[in-house]
Amino acid sequence: MAMDLKEIEKHIKEALPDAIVDIQDLAGDGNHYSATVTSSEFSGKSKIEQHKMVYNSLKGKMGNELHALAIKTKE
Amino acid sequence: MEQQTKDLITNEISNNEVCLFMKGTPDAPQCGFSMAISNMLKILEVNFKGINVLENEELRQGIKQFSDWPTIPQLYIKKEFVGGCDIVKEMYENGELKKILEGKGISFKK
Repeated sequence: MAMDLKEIEKHIKEALPDAIVDIQDLAGDGNHYSATVTSSEFSGKSKIEQHKMVYNSLKGKMGNELHALAIKTKE
Repeated sequence: MEQQTKDLITNEISNNEVCLFMKGTPDAPQCGFSMAISNMLKILEVNFKGINVLENEELRQGIKQFSDWPTIPQLYIKKEFVGGCDIVKEMYENGELKKILEGKGISFKK
């Protein structure tokens, strides 16, 4: 199971329209990514809430189609 | 989630001040992310219990529901969900993890 980088970016941007998303395929296998997401919508929220917003944008794919996505959020 | 699984999680986080739900054990982690948090806690000389979710499929799925968090590892300190690998790593690097440990009265290497 793998997921395309563009698809991840699309999902995040749908949920957080102003987000700047920088995704890297860490292992080149379409399965281990890191994403740095910058959005004004993170303002005033805890890290846990911020990461949940990113996870939620992926609509249950995290932990299933998508094995590993390291997330870094910035306001 | 079955009540039995919920009770198991509640017991673990109540009986262990620092509790890490992980893949593998602290001595033999089975996943890089689990190893990362486990190592940070070891470096800080925090006494913690590692719970291997790979030994219990119900627990592996249950903890995700319990915390409303889709991935493992998951760190609990004094019954509070602190975060997964990325958040804990960030907190370790910027000193926030030590602040939380200190604030919650957990002993660690200063």
